[in-house]
Amino acid sequence: MSQIPADLKYVDTHEWLRIDADGTVTIGITDHAQSLLGDVVYVEHPEVDTEIETGEEAGVVESVKAASDIYMPIAGTILEVNELLEDAPETVNSDPYHDGWFFKIKPSNPEELEQLLDADAYREKCEAED
Amino acid sequence: MPFIPHTEQDVQEMLDTIGVSSIEDLFDEIPPQLRAGELTQVPEALSEMDMMRRMRERAAQDEGALCFIGAGAYEHHIPAAVWDVTTRGEFMTAYTPYQAEASQGTLQLVYEYQSMMASLMAMDVSNASLYDGASGLAEAALMAVRANRKSKSRKILVPGSVHPSYRSALNVIVEAQNIEIVEVEWNPSTGTTLIDNLASFEGEDFTAIVIAQPNFFGQLEDVDALTDWAHAQKMLVVGLVNPMAMAVLEAPGNWGEKGADIVVGDGQPLGVPMASGGPYYGFMCCTSAIVRQMPGRIIGRTVDLDGKPGYALTLQAREQHIRRSKATSNICTNQGLAVTASTIYMSLLGPDGLATTSGHCYQNTQKLIALLTSIDGVDKAFSGHNFHECAIKVPAKASLVLEKLAEREVLGGFDLGVNYSDLEDVILVCVTETKTDTDLDVYKLALADVLNEINS
Amino acid sequence: MLIFEQSRSGRKAFAQSPSVAADLSGLPESFIRKEKPGLPEVSELQAIRHYTNLSRKNFSIDTQFYPLGSCTMKYNPRGALAAAILPGMLNRHPLAPESHSQGFLACLHDLQEMLKDVTGMKGVSLTPMAGAQGEFAGVAMIRAYHDARDDDGRTEILVPSAAHGTNPATAVMCGFKVREVPVGSDGDVDVETLKTLVGPQTAGIMLTNPSTCGVFERRIEEIASIIHDVGGLLYYDGANLNAILGKVKPGDMGFDVMHMNLHKTFATPHGGGGPGSGPVAVNERLLPYLPTPIVGKDGSDDAPTYRWLTDKDIPETIGNLSAFMGNAGILVRAYVYATLLGREGMHRVGEYATLNANYMAKKLEKEGFQLAYPDRRATHEFIITLSKLTKEHGVNAMDVAKRLLDYNQHAPTTYFPLLVPECHLIEPTETESKEAMDEYIAAMVSILKEAESDAEMVRGAPYTQPVKRLDDVKAARELDLAWKG
Repeated sequence: MSQIPADLKYVDTHEWLRIDADGTVTIGITDHAQSLLGDVVYVEHPEVDTEIETGEEAGVVESVKAASDIYMPIAGTILEVNELLEDAPETVNSDPYHDGWFFKIKPSNPEELEQLLDADAYREKCEAED
Repeated sequence: MPFIPHTEQDVQEMLDTIGVSSIEDLFDEIPPQLRAGELTQVPEALSEMDMMRRMRERAAQDEGALCFIGAGAYEHHIPAAVWDVTTRGEFMTAYTPYQAEASQGTLQLVYEYQSMMASLMAMDVSNASLYDGASGLAEAALMAVRANRKSKSRKILVPGSVHPSYRSALNVIVEAQNIEIVEVEWNPSTGTTLIDNLASFEGEDFTAIVIAQPNFFGQLEDVDALTDWAHAQKMLVVGLVNPMAMAVLEAPGNWGEKGADIVVGDGQPLGVPMASGGPYYGFMCCTSAIVRQMPGRIIGRTVDLDGKPGYALTLQAREQHIRRSKATSNICTNQGLAVTASTIYMSLLGPDGLATTSGHCYQNTQKLIALLTSIDGVDKAFSGHNFHECAIKVPAKASLVLEKLAEREVLGGFDLGVNYSDLEDVILVCVTETKTDTDLDVYKLALADVLNEINS
Repeated sequence: MLIFEQSRSGRKAFAQSPSVAADLSGLPESFIRKEKPGLPEVSELQAIRHYTNLSRKNFSIDTQFYPLGSCTMKYNPRGALAAAILPGMLNRHPLAPESHSQGFLACLHDLQEMLKDVTGMKGVSLTPMAGAQGEFAGVAMIRAYHDARDDDGRTEILVPSAAHGTNPATAVMCGFKVREVPVGSDGDVDVETLKTLVGPQTAGIMLTNPSTCGVFERRIEEIASIIHDVGGLLYYDGANLNAILGKVKPGDMGFDVMHMNLHKTFATPHGGGGPGSGPVAVNERLLPYLPTPIVGKDGSDDAPTYRWLTDKDIPETIGNLSAFMGNAGILVRAYVYATLLGREGMHRVGEYATLNANYMAKKLEKEGFQLAYPDRRATHEFIITLSKLTKEHGVNAMDVAKRLLDYNQHAPTTYFPLLVPECHLIEPTETESKEAMDEYIAAMVSILKEAESDAEMVRGAPYTQPVKRLDDVKAARELDLAWKG
């Protein structure tokens, strides 16, 4: 069974969110998502400073035989992208919740954070899919 | 049934295995009203002998004239070995190398092709090829829109001195995706695009500009100035070049300060026969920064389980069979066989042979210009420099002159009046290394004769 | 070894280029290339030997059984090549005047007429250079048709979930949104769901028939009515035309527009991944939009003259898709193939392709392989699923495909269509003999036994090829796309 840390929030398109004290939100893909994709070979980031709406595409993650869009779990402005992934995309596989993060955002509507799944709800979702 | 190997006994045994009594039974799921009747427009079969007789007769009808037409397809010497090896069944009757282990021949060859083409264009990478130059230009425009994330306009500048058929194919292919092609005027005395022609676009958001070298009129553009201007305007530069010319002329990767970002063109001059327009292939190169936006097949070098070098399709996640509606293009094939020929051609010519051949195209063209312009009333249409094509102004309608030249078995060039109403008396003439001094004299005498006839 | 590794400065194939340098003194220095390109410097023999040896590292139709599903790898007659490379064909400039083109134009015109007949359509344009470009032309014509009627609310193209990836990619290139139609467990389109998906937004549907599931879409006429009733058009993806050549005409099934893959159905060579050729055919209502150029015929049948039809003759055309006449040389080959086949031969193609596929399907089933659609008639191709093998022995469809190479058999199409797990899509074509198919079946039986006794060995296959399995992940992560010396 894949790891689903209890201190994170989730959406059903398999992105996780970490909410920092200063209101910044870090986003990545879950352990479950990386295992479905297989060996990640490339991550395409959004442009820093752009504002992206909820549910819009904010990047692409590619393995050898698949490509998956990264959807914006909540609306926000891109503050920073994880440049480590440009040279070491395999980090998404080896450490999806820490070094394998994708980008950080400033949420446009912090109330959207209320609607995210917690670890238990996301686990149920994954089990239902299997 | 010329290619069906079944004996009556085979058919019977196979039907028995399936458990039906006739081949007809195998079509029992098809509604009977849909079954086709006789094919009335398909004639009775010919044997290979009879077919070849007919084809020899038809081929002979089109043969014999001395050809000075270029305009996107060029007559060059093709070493005998090129197609001898290319048409080996192992190359010709293989398919896309999906099973890499059983396709190392094609895969390594394409890797070598990519290496040669990238180097000829002074670019980082090349793909395995697209259909032809014109559709390649359209793919380059689509790629530029994906790659230039700073530009939001989806507008592309294309000079009117780019091949008219390329421009129309470009329009047909990109218009449904809300990409706007904006035409840039050319200078009527130089036949090229000058910075003056671009001044009015300064400060506006454009995604890319297309720069042709040589351009459709055979004229050489000031590619360095155009490239630097475009980059200063934050556009991408799409170079559109003749690969034969690049053995002599500066390659797009070295244009201006930073070089072109994407390069396309038709690979036909490199060992592919004119053959009425195809199959040719479109080549495409780019900088490594934007390789993931490149359409088409790409081959990479890797290793096998034992660590031995090998070759495989790579970056497949961009392609339609994985990305479906989000693919970089719907293209699945390259023009493998034509690329095979070009790879062997470039190996046989080498850097020096290609430069000499290319140089002789230029030199012969200069000779013909001198001969033709010695005729009264015949002159170059534009000032400036050209490569192996030249726009020649004649004292009559170009269409009439060409018709009368053809009666004398000289295909004298392309009538520019077809696409440019101001140039109805201008013929685009091409000379390659294949023409001898005698051939050039034949053209001169024929033209003089034709002009005499018209004016008398 | 790469050709570059055999290169030595100053070596050359001396017979192949002018011996003296040209005079470039008229060209200003600023235009001239400063650094030589990195092309190999080898002798003529070195080049020939290198590429001849490379060719021997390929599987091909001429050397192996190649049952790649949906690709129609049938015999490519050598006579077609011989005719296409006659000097008059090879040396004709694409812009040569019509006075010097009658032989070539006659071949193209004859081919247009034959293709109209076998498709049951009213007009043909030969110019698209591959199936995917034919699809583009076809969907662009659908768009032009709706635009001409100011019917601009038609924004969607329907595509079955089992369709080739090109279909959705094409629809998007033509500016449409894609809506997927589910496919039922019998392999046919789910007609009841289809009814709920159509409406005034429907521009058209793209279908293959036989479908990518290797079965004939039995309710095609009903589907045609559903689409036509809401004002949409039907696009026929000719990828699987070989199954019904001479037996059923797409025009009779209700399709409005289609493309053919001449490199499949008309036996032109696949060339290691191209050139293809993808002519389009249309019924009456799309005739005004056909891509140019097309070959027209004037005069009587006894003394015909042929000429190019361009946008002057077809003012509403979607336009040209290439610089000239598409893959002209491939069209000549297809014409020759059709000539050699003749009317009778054309009828037999679909018959024997179907016989071969049904024979292989039944025999593999008897040997213990599981058919994806056991209750359906196979068409020219069929699907087996190896998911039982995968579950029980950890040997998947790719492993079996790789092991087939060791038996000197080319692998079938794997993992397509996506909706059948662990699948092989197998298409023998009509030109394969019973013995060739029996050998393939014997290899499959043998691999099944190997999987049961030594799964590890099968998972490591192939062992007999120039390389073992390649590291795809390394190829994609550490991109090496050009030799840097």
